[in-house]
Amino acid sequence: MTLVDGAIVVLRVVVPALILPALVIPLVWVERRVAAFIQDRPGPNRVGPFGLLQSPADIIKLFTKEDVVPAATDKFLFLLAPSLAVFAALSTFAVVPYGPTIRVAGKVIPMVGADVSVGLLYVFAITSLSVYAIVLAGWSSNDKFSLLGGIRSSAQIISYELAMTTAAAGVVLAAGSFRLTDIVAMQEGTFRLLPVVPRWNFFPQVIGFIVFFVSAFAETNRLPFDLPEAEAELVAGYHTEYSAMRFGSYFLAEYINVIVASAMTATLYFGGWSLPGFHPEGWLGGLLGLLIFAAKTAFFVLVFIWVRWTLPRFRYDQLMRLGWKTLLPLSLANLLWVALLAIWRTSR
Amino acid sequence: MPETFFPILVLLGVAAIMAATILFLNAVLGPKLRTRKKLETYESGVPLLDASRKRVSIQFFVIAMVFILFDVEIAFVYPWALVFKAAGWPLLLEMFVFLAILIVGYAYIWKKGAFDW
Amino acid sequence: MTVATEPALSPAAERLRGRLAGTPLAGRCEVADRDLPTIEVSPDAWPSLARFLRDDPECRYDLFVDLFGVDNLRRPGQKSRFETVVHLHALARNEHVRVKIPLPDEKKPALPTASEVYPAADWFEREAFDLYGFDFTGHPNLRRILCHDAFVGHALRKDYAPGQRWFFAEEDMKAPEWATHTDERAGHFETQTISIGPSHPATHGIIHLIARLDGEKIIRAETNIGYLHRCFEKMSETHQWNQIVPYCDRLNYVSAMINGVGFVRTAEKMLGIEVPDRGRLVRTILSEFTRIMDHCVCIGANLVDIGALSNFIYLYQNRENIYDLIEACCGARLTVSYVRVGGLAIDVPDDFVPRCRSLLESIPLFLKDVQKLVDNNRIVRQRLQGTGVVTREQAIAWGLTGPMLRASGVPYDVRRARPYDFYDKFDWDVPISNEGDNFARYLVRIEEIRQSLKIIRQALDILPAKGAVSSDDWRVVLPPKDAVYHDMESLIYHFKLVMEGIRVPPGERYEWIEGGNGELGFHAVSDGRGGPYRLRVRPPCFANMQAFQKMVIGGTVSDAVATLGTLNIIAGELDR
Repeated sequence: MTLVDGAIVVLRVVVPALILPALVIPLVWVERRVAAFIQDRPGPNRVGPFGLLQSPADIIKLFTKEDVVPAATDKFLFLLAPSLAVFAALSTFAVVPYGPTIRVAGKVIPMVGADVSVGLLYVFAITSLSVYAIVLAGWSSNDKFSLLGGIRSSAQIISYELAMTTAAAGVVLAAGSFRLTDIVAMQEGTFRLLPVVPRWNFFPQVIGFIVFFVSAFAETNRLPFDLPEAEAELVAGYHTEYSAMRFGSYFLAEYINVIVASAMTATLYFGGWSLPGFHPEGWLGGLLGLLIFAAKTAFFVLVFIWVRWTLPRFRYDQLMRLGWKTLLPLSLANLLWVALLAIWRTSR
Repeated sequence: MPETFFPILVLLGVAAIMAATILFLNAVLGPKLRTRKKLETYESGVPLLDASRKRVSIQFFVIAMVFILFDVEIAFVYPWALVFKAAGWPLLLEMFVFLAILIVGYAYIWKKGAFDW
Repeated sequence: MTVATEPALSPAAERLRGRLAGTPLAGRCEVADRDLPTIEVSPDAWPSLARFLRDDPECRYDLFVDLFGVDNLRRPGQKSRFETVVHLHALARNEHVRVKIPLPDEKKPALPTASEVYPAADWFEREAFDLYGFDFTGHPNLRRILCHDAFVGHALRKDYAPGQRWFFAEEDMKAPEWATHTDERAGHFETQTISIGPSHPATHGIIHLIARLDGEKIIRAETNIGYLHRCFEKMSETHQWNQIVPYCDRLNYVSAMINGVGFVRTAEKMLGIEVPDRGRLVRTILSEFTRIMDHCVCIGANLVDIGALSNFIYLYQNRENIYDLIEACCGARLTVSYVRVGGLAIDVPDDFVPRCRSLLESIPLFLKDVQKLVDNNRIVRQRLQGTGVVTREQAIAWGLTGPMLRASGVPYDVRRARPYDFYDKFDWDVPISNEGDNFARYLVRIEEIRQSLKIIRQALDILPAKGAVSSDDWRVVLPPKDAVYHDMESLIYHFKLVMEGIRVPPGERYEWIEGGNGELGFHAVSDGRGGPYRLRVRPPCFANMQAFQKMVIGGTVSDAVATLGTLNIIAGELDR
């Protein structure tokens, strides 16, 4: 392995890791603008052209705010929790393929951070880390609202994690691999019986997709599942006691999680960077693949935003009921359906 | 095989450094004006009436217990899903047996009202 | 020599006298006929009278409206220095009755509590205790309610020196016993007390709910209010009638216009003057627009509290548009102070009618957007249906009025029960719902907005294009500026009015109208000076809020927040 190869390997994973938090800045602006359009008002439009500099200005503000650590907190955990949130959010993306494997100057470069054999498991393992960020924040703050938010959150995240992972097991079954590049590869092309329909997992596993996507809302604490930080009830939930950039860290993590959840949805159910009839070649093909991937991801990000400004919030018991009594049985049914489908396919 | 994990290690390092940098920068740039009131715990603007850290309701514990059970189930389902295509029918039957047992337990928990608040 | 003949009694007073005649109460109370049938009773007979009034099949004064004190120190010729006044309402016959309880002991004014008969009396008695020092014996929780715990004296007594200041420190805060002590034996070791408010996003005004939680469930609760208390009633005693109008706007600042109308109506009735039709119709139109705003803000804020963020903006757009109309009329938006005793401050602009009509077009569009988002939304229904339930019996016992009462199946609307202005001439309905839950209150409010639009449309049709909006009785209304400059008589009237205020004949009167949240009443006592001797406002929020601490028990914190939203608590009115 030469130095260049080594550099490529490192860049493949570090560049997305740096771009991801940078993407949050325009994303916050997009969220606020889209919310404004939904609500029939202009939204932030004063700082810079179209208000584009509003988010950078907010970040500068957050950085120059006082970082208050209340006296009654558990200092170490209080410090650790927001860092953990950012850490978990940033690490998830490592195994998501953001483009095709390309050949440039005789080098084979797969456009994925790390093409590991346990890709999907890695994603679930790291995302479940984010629950610690929230629980620790709730506990260490020594505040009743934070604690309630933290407990609510842990119950919510673990409940929906079950449904989510069971739904994703259907994808694993169909692909026969945890490797995300394999999962994308199996979705290339079209169905044999219906040659106009892309071979996306979405079509045979629409129930699985619904469960996965709904659970993704719960995992990212977005409306209608934002109970841990339900403003009108718990003030700010688990981050009530946080200020300045520590609060900002949760903010950052939430948006990165939204991007990653959208990217995962696109990868697992909508063929990732692939498109029927698209055969990438060279760096241009790589770029095109990246754009397709970005477009699919952006679509789901917009759905996230759209839902947030449309739906109200669940109550805690209703949330539990939905997770355990509806989504979990549905995801199991989906799994059995996919298994039967696989047997039908192999028997032909 | 392990070398494919090398980028992940790099990424974990980068993520940790970024998380730390954010807080460090904030600590350097932000003002430090501590007052007693500011360092108090938030309780909607009134003195604390009750301790914050108490035993939490048993319902949360029940949810956690049920989660552990089902998480073990998932841990079983994943390898099964991975090799399913190679084996076919026999594995499906095995899974049916497994899920049947699981569903009996699930029905029991449901009936007992663990999912109702 | 003239023979004192007893004037004929009204049917209501006659009935009361007849029913009371055979009972042991007969000798201990006397029935008179003032602006309302009035029963005077001694303190010791009051609880049994209350029971009689509530339970007697022909009286059935089942709705508790108001209870307050009056200090007659500077008002000679009264039976005693202190008296308690109670207003009750009979839902079946739409009749009010007043009970007056003179308190003979000037040093230690005391009377038995009526909170066992009328649960709604609870907070009203606490208020009378707080502001007058009346000792309601047997009251379960007799402590201050509007003034803070470190307050000394009773502010509404006439001999209370108004310059005093009492500082309230954190240490002075008193929490109920159950909030700070965990009863281990009762198996409550997993419960926790939290304070929701005073500084909390769900308490849109400032209120304080102390709740004991078992997990997410509220098992015990108590509300503290008074954070926005600013002595409205005390200030009224030192101001002229018209000077009180701006203060009224700050009662329910979401529907400021209605408060002003309610207040000046009391003064106008005492003066016996008539406002021209045009003035009354403009008042009606703007009051109904204000009611629409009130309901819009209530629904919008409630939906925000349960997480539906966009509806608020849609509803708020209505409010902004209505504000534009009101601004065109009087120059102010939130606190309008547009009404005056005898009419309005100034005439409406020339384009008033077209402006109103365009609002009539635009409001239903926004309403439709909201209804599309909300009515069949499963999450909204799950959150609002079956939560914060108030049964018909509870609603009456707790003295609820307005949309709260109507959502529990009682069709009591002052505009229909005792039509004032032109409400009996319009074709409109009183929407009710029998569920009594949060969703029912949402639906009732939405429907009331539609009914208000209907009323406005009809009012615009009969609104005279030209004419005065104020009475031409220049003892009450300022003469036109032009006349003041050119004729002596007008100048004198102007001078007298500005310097001395309106001379309202001595006496007392209670006038009530339908406010945004229910029965909004003003009870004024005049001693003939330029301002009221005592002005009591019956704030609908006060009774509604009182029910809150009972409604939240057994629900979750989320339900409490949703319920608080549908109660539509306006702290300015609650705390006065």
